[in-house]
Amino acid sequence: MKINGKIITATYKNIEELLTDNGYKTKYVAVECNGNIIPKNIYSEYVPGADDVIEVVTFVGGG
Amino acid sequence: MVTREELQKALEIRHTKEGQAKLTNAKVAIMGLGGLGSNIAMACARMGIGEMLLIDFDIVDITNIFRQNYRLEHIGRYKTECIKEEIAEINPYLKINLINTKIARENVLELLGDYKIICEAFDKGETKSEIIDEILSESEDKIIISGNGMAGIKSLNLIRTRKFGDRLYICGDLENGIETEGTLMSPRVSACAMHQANVVANLILSDGKVNL
Repeated sequence: MKINGKIITATYKNIEELLTDNGYKTKYVAVECNGNIIPKNIYSEYVPGADDVIEVVTFVGGG
Repeated sequence: MVTREELQKALEIRHTKEGQAKLTNAKVAIMGLGGLGSNIAMACARMGIGEMLLIDFDIVDITNIFRQNYRLEHIGRYKTECIKEEIAEINPYLKINLINTKIARENVLELLGDYKIICEAFDKGETKSEIIDEILSESEDKIIISGNGMAGIKSLNLIRTRKFGDRLYICGDLENGIETEGTLMSPRVSACAMHQANVVANLILSDGKVNL
């Protein structure tokens, strides 16, 4: 799978685990998988696949 | 007093008659009237966007003056009312709806009603993440234009507009927050706000297509 352009060979049981293992904080992010934004209420259910292209954006303070 | 017709004709000169008709018939909601929201609201007013929903619970503080579209005489007053007055000085014929409530997951969809073009102009990363999630998960046609990453004084060239999924545009540099940069200053904040306002213009004038 790809996460923010980087090829990752690890497997994750769900989006929550993917985020934690890669240093992201769930409450500050949005996650796009193959062009679709994943709702937060399925982060613990959605299993990222080996061919998935994932983008994670972190929202920072200021505005 | 400038008449509605005079203003409309003047808008049409720079925006074209066809374009202005679309802008005049458009509705835009702006969540937050701080550094991003107050500047987005003024840009939308200058474009003659016919109807706006402006939501902010807060009053103007002296520290806001340096990047938000308020003046010293506004200190202590509700941001909603101050922006409405500023807009009226540009174009008194626009319909400006105000809500003085703090936005949360529990109330945001009810507050937004049938508005489809939504600008996210909050100041905290957690709020941005949560409210964007709520709107995208619980609606099918709302489009969000978010501001993310505008602190400090690094190059303005880092501020861009990116599409994320099919209903979220994120403007900013996606990295530089007040947490790491420590400062929040007018040029970069305004630039991010103008990126957001330009996405609004694209959505309205190009029937949903945005030049990135």
